[in-house]
Order: sequence, then C-alpha cells, then structure tokens
Amino acid sequence: MKANESPLRTEPVLRTRGLDKEYGRGEGLVHALDGVALEVSTGETLAVMGPSGCGKSTLLHLLGGLERPSGGEVWVGGRRIDELSEKALARIRRHAIGFVFQAFHLMDELTALENVELPALLGGRSPHAARDRAADLLEQVGLTDRGDHLPSALSGGQRQRVAIARALSNEPLVVLADEPTGNLDSAATLDVLRLLDSLRSTGQTLVIVTHDERIAATADRLITMRDGAFVEETRLTRGSTGELGHLVGLEA
Amino acid sequence: MPDAVGVSVKERSHGYQLRVVQEVLLALLAKAASHGYQLRARLQLALGPLAEALSEGQVYVTLNRLEKAGLVTSERVGQSDRPNRKVYELTTAGRARVMEWLEDTSWPKPAPAEFHLKLVAAAAAGLGDPVRLVDMQRHALLAELATVQRASLGEPDGSVAGLLLEGVVLRLQADLRWLEACARHWNATKGR
Repeated sequence: MKANESPLRTEPVLRTRGLDKEYGRGEGLVHALDGVALEVSTGETLAVMGPSGCGKSTLLHLLGGLERPSGGEVWVGGRRIDELSEKALARIRRHAIGFVFQAFHLMDELTALENVELPALLGGRSPHAARDRAADLLEQVGLTDRGDHLPSALSGGQRQRVAIARALSNEPLVVLADEPTGNLDSAATLDVLRLLDSLRSTGQTLVIVTHDERIAATADRLITMRDGAFVEETRLTRGSTGELGHLVGLEA
Repeated sequence: MPDAVGVSVKERSHGYQLRVVQEVLLALLAKAASHGYQLRARLQLALGPLAEALSEGQVYVTLNRLEKAGLVTSERVGQSDRPNRKVYELTTAGRARVMEWLEDTSWPKPAPAEFHLKLVAAAAAGLGDPVRLVDMQRHALLAELATVQRASLGEPDGSVAGLLLEGVVLRLQADLRWLEACARHWNATKGR
C-alpha cells in the first residue's frame, strides 16, 4: 500500500500558490511561470511534461529552492521557503530535497560510493553512518560492485543510478528529477525507469520533469505545461491487464 | 477493412491488428503434431499478460477453420483418464502457407490519417477545438501506455512476452510524439 492511499489528509509535501517567475526586463521580459498553483502529496509521483521553454524546469528549480520566484509562494513540508535567507534555503536543499539532473552532476574526482555518501556527511551524519547508508543505497540501485569506480568509468545509465542514490542519501521529503533520462539510451532509460518505479512503490515522493512519455506514464499524476502555465492534468489510473489484449487486437 | 457501416465507433476494434493467429498455429504445428491445449499454452507463453485477450475457444475455432481449409488434418486420440482429444497435423498445403507467411513483409499500418482528418474537419467546420481533441486523445493513449508500461515492468529480464510489450510501448510513444506535433500545429494556427 502506498503512502498516498492513506485515508489521513496530511499537509502536502510541496505546495505553490500564484507562482510567477520572470527573466529579463523591458522588451526582453519573459514570463517563465505564470501563476502556477500546485500541490504534491506524500508518496505521490508527479510527472511534468511540456515543450521546451514551457517553464517546467523553472518550476522544478523553484520547488527545490535553486531559484527564487518573482512572485507567489513555495511551501516544502509545511514550511514556506521562498522568503528564507540563503543560508536557511541551503539547509532545506540539503535536508529535505534530493536532486537528480539530466547531466548527472557527479563529482568526477570522487568514487561512486563517495559521491553517494557526500550529502549525508554534509548533512551531519557520522562518517560511519554515511558510509553504511551509501552502501545500502548503491545496493538498492544495483551498483554495489561499482562503488569504488570513478564516474568516468561508469556508463551513463550507471552514473544516473549513482546520482539517484545520492539524491536519496538524506532521506529527502521529495526527489526532484529534471529530465533524468534525457542523456540515456533506451536500455539505460529502462533501468532508470525501473528504479524510479521501485522508489515510487516504497512511497518516495517524486516530481519528474520529462520529455519521455514512458517515464510520465509510470507517474500517478501528469501535468502538461504550455507557456508557463498548467494546461492539463491527468490522473493516470492503470487499466487491468485484461485490456492489454485489446491493444494488440488479437483476433482469430 | 471489413468495417461495417452503421457499427458505432465504440464497437469498432482499434489498436494494433494481429491477423496472424491462423498462421501462427500452422507454424507451431510445423515441427510436430500437437493438440489445442498445448498450442494455446505456447501462445500464452509468447503473449504473457496479453494472452488474456485470447479466449479459450479462439484456438479451437481457428483450428477448425484451418481443417476445413485443408491446411491441417486431425485425428482423435484416446486418453485413459480423460475424453479423447484431437491431435492436429500440418498438411502440405499448410506447410506452404507457413513458408509464405514467414517470407511476407507486409506490416500493420498505424493509421494517423483518420485522426488527422478528424482534426482538419473539426477545425474547418468549427465543431470543436482541435487542440482539445488532441489533448483528449493524449489522455487516452497515456492511460494505455501506463497500463502497458506497468505490465512491461512486471516482466522478468529476457521475457519473450516483455519484448512484445516493449513493441506496444514504443508504438504508443511514437503516437504520443506525433500528437505533440499536432498540438503544436493546431495551437499555432489558433491565433490566425
């Protein structure tokens, strides 16, 4: 049973109200986000799709406190973060949020294991506890035997799995993933897809910005954006497998 | 296509047509004679979760048809503890049909033309917003993709049925990408 099937109404993990983001000024002014209202509940997997430049990555950056909005509010775990000091915001990023990027953003000079334990160390865990946690996470992403490899010795798919393990290091309230399969071939995409799906089944809250319909289709809810606003919201209830045969039109 | 006029849209079968069950059964008989139950089991293995669409009677009805067409012959074989069963064997004509089928390169055509024309007609007649129609279609395909994707993730590595599901996933993905292009086009023409 997933956390979001709990009958208890709880504070959403993420909430925004009237979220605006503008870049540039005068004639060059761009409205990247225009009055976005969003709630993400505990254990939910939300996918955000839309054409390039629709504002989906900007939304993710604002949710994770990587950028500040031009207007509106961002709440993470019941706490308003858009007005926090830079220092307090950095703390929220370290403790409450796990980031996964298209380009992995691993530290090249650290091994896979060291990359994964780094956030736990920065978050104040003991070296021993951080190492144990990192080893567990590498096992969870199926890379136990790659722990002492540098990122350069790993395939793209393996690097992204290390990056996902790193994002989980501090047991974040939410994992924010920006095009997690954007740099991967289809086999590696499938590995990441399986991994994200297993995270989903453990009740991890996920927000995934993606171009990949396959990734989007494994979410609980899908939001489509155009021109800085939500244009469509779909709750993806899955049909029974009995409907599958219909899709291939099996006929005698 | 034997599409009867007057059949409501809902009743029409859609999706990917698999017209080959007859030939598949013939091919499965090419190596050795077999009975319906066994043939059905082999199809089920190949189709995995998709096999639910394969009804109990479908295999037997098809075998009957093949027999009438002279492509297989059958013989009743007694069983000590159960009723007799029919064992089917491929005829020379059946074997020729299998070979012809294996060499055939025709391919099921996903036909976006109907949907395309629907959008053009809706826009021309002012009946509806093409972008909304695209969004509706996207919903429907995404729900299908979600179902197939889930089934696909449930298959173990190297599963032959998983390979089929992968094919369905990729086609749905291609359709969804085309719908994106439709949305862009009709969105852009809106302001004009």
